[in-house]
Amino acid sequence: MIELKAVRKDYSSEVTIGPVDLQIPKGGVTALVGPNGAGKSTLLTIIGRLMGADAGSIEIAGYDVATTKSKDLAKIVSILRQENHFVTRLTVRQLVAFGRFPYTKGRLNKFDEEIITRSIKFFELEDLQDRYLDQLSGGQRQRAYVAMVLCQDTDYVLLDEPLNNLDMKHSVQMMQHLRRVADELGRTVVIVLHDINFAGHYADRICAVKDGQVVEFGTSAELFQPETLTRVFNTPVACVDGPNGPLAVYY
Amino acid sequence: MPDQETIHGDVSTFGAKERGLPRSLARKVLTPSLTPHPDTLLDPSHPLETPIHDGRGTVAFISRTKRRRYWILVGVLSALALISAAGILAWGNPMEFGTAGFWRIAERRAIALLVILIVVVCQAMATVSFQTVTNNRIITPSIMGFESLYVALQTSVIYFMGAAGLIAIEGPTKFALMVVLMVGFSLALYGWLLSGKFANLQVMLLVGIVLGGGLGSISTFMQRLLTPSDFDILSAKLFGSVSNADPSYFPLAIPLCIAAAGALFIRSRRLNVVALGRDVTGNLGLDHRREVMITLFFVSILMAVSTALIGPMTFLGFLTATLAYQFAGTHDHRYVFPVAVLTGFVILGGAYFVLKNIFYAEGAVSIVIEAVGGIAFLAVILRKGRL
Repeated sequence: MIELKAVRKDYSSEVTIGPVDLQIPKGGVTALVGPNGAGKSTLLTIIGRLMGADAGSIEIAGYDVATTKSKDLAKIVSILRQENHFVTRLTVRQLVAFGRFPYTKGRLNKFDEEIITRSIKFFELEDLQDRYLDQLSGGQRQRAYVAMVLCQDTDYVLLDEPLNNLDMKHSVQMMQHLRRVADELGRTVVIVLHDINFAGHYADRICAVKDGQVVEFGTSAELFQPETLTRVFNTPVACVDGPNGPLAVYY
Repeated sequence: MPDQETIHGDVSTFGAKERGLPRSLARKVLTPSLTPHPDTLLDPSHPLETPIHDGRGTVAFISRTKRRRYWILVGVLSALALISAAGILAWGNPMEFGTAGFWRIAERRAIALLVILIVVVCQAMATVSFQTVTNNRIITPSIMGFESLYVALQTSVIYFMGAAGLIAIEGPTKFALMVVLMVGFSLALYGWLLSGKFANLQVMLLVGIVLGGGLGSISTFMQRLLTPSDFDILSAKLFGSVSNADPSYFPLAIPLCIAAAGALFIRSRRLNVVALGRDVTGNLGLDHRREVMITLFFVSILMAVSTALIGPMTFLGFLTATLAYQFAGTHDHRYVFPVAVLTGFVILGGAYFVLKNIFYAEGAVSIVIEAVGGIAFLAVILRKGRL
């Protein structure tokens, strides 16, 4: 379980995030949604200890994020940000192998190689594993980074807008993969999403963030109400029944 | 959300996951209990079971050909380095080979060789590490104000104390003082700019460049006011030159160089991670700022040693690092570092040899390196189309 207690981050007197109290249960996919600048990514970054909170406490699986050693946390929680500096002369397999760093400090044994191979297979990157990162398309590179995070073998996986810059096909593929990460491997996936319909279809729970506050938290069915979504996104939203569940229409 | 039973039952898809796996594997993965405790993270009491392995591993090179190419390259570079070293020692030696006189002359020339080796190790290791932690392949540590500080120090000595003063303070004390001042300067800069609330590598680089420019202007101003004869002595000091080095610096320069370069080499695997950027480094459990500070500390020692030993050598590190990335064909620092050092030795040693024996102008090595280096660099860029 990820538990946030009165977490606050101050940017200026007008822009603050929190205080946020939130409990994300173990297992399944939880989507963070909300308008631009609501603080979804910041919240995720704070949970993933890449940014410190100004007040409050965060516990992941019982470990306090502020006091647990970063190298130990790296075995419990992994986080992938949106923009990643990519190194030239680095192949997909070498990138994925970095996921083992918290365990091996760069000295891979056969056991690690096995996990690397499986991560690569899981994201269907076998044919690309010897390609350099700068020879890949945006979607492939994104997949390689997510495979690295998977290879880190953590119970909690935090992803900041992994669908960014992906087309329809690749977005759907990515979400299907993440669904399998949660269902088959039993990981807890927390993901920042922009498209409410993706969140509604693939996530078990949706957490709506607005103006630095968590305003709604519940299952997709609970949140797919026109009034709720209209309030969260500041724009008129209608809900209709689609072939695969409810759809939010806001065009 | 799937129930826990499904999760427990499904280990076959991803045997890596610890649930339901034999305890023997728990050493490498986080233990699965719902209420974990830090002790379980590093449980050392269980030997690793031999896993199924599909026969391929993750190596620094993507194919055998690339690996072979790398070792051939190391061989060729080593041979070239040996040739230039032998050339420097033996070419144009007036005594007959094998006589006592020959060896006496060779011994004196060996000093130049040692200087070249120290400078190359310093510049190559420092530049590669610096470019990694700054995630930038265009800049070099030279622009962080090291060379401007060196020029400013030399100029102020001759400005305030005259040529006699410059000669009076020559010796290991001056070398130590130079190194301490330059390391202190850069640490103050890094410490100040990287530990504040708005810690930012880009700002640090910009401030470094601005400070370097400012120091350069002050030096130029003081140089204007020098007498022509003082200026002449000074300008000889300000060209990076192997003959500037004094063997009495060695007892200090060599240990510093070995210690700092060794430390960077040992940290290769961490540097590989740092190269992935701040967020990924943090995710993998390394403190990015700490790693950057430690690396910059060793970089500043290396740059200070090199600059205090022979003077400014702006382009050497840059050229060496750029060519080393092209040659090595891997991101792994354990392989890039040796290639960088060898490449640097071939460049500096070769330039020194050619200038000394063909143009009789051994003082002007840095001029040739900048000219040849610039052309080589452009050639690489134009051919490859990228850095």
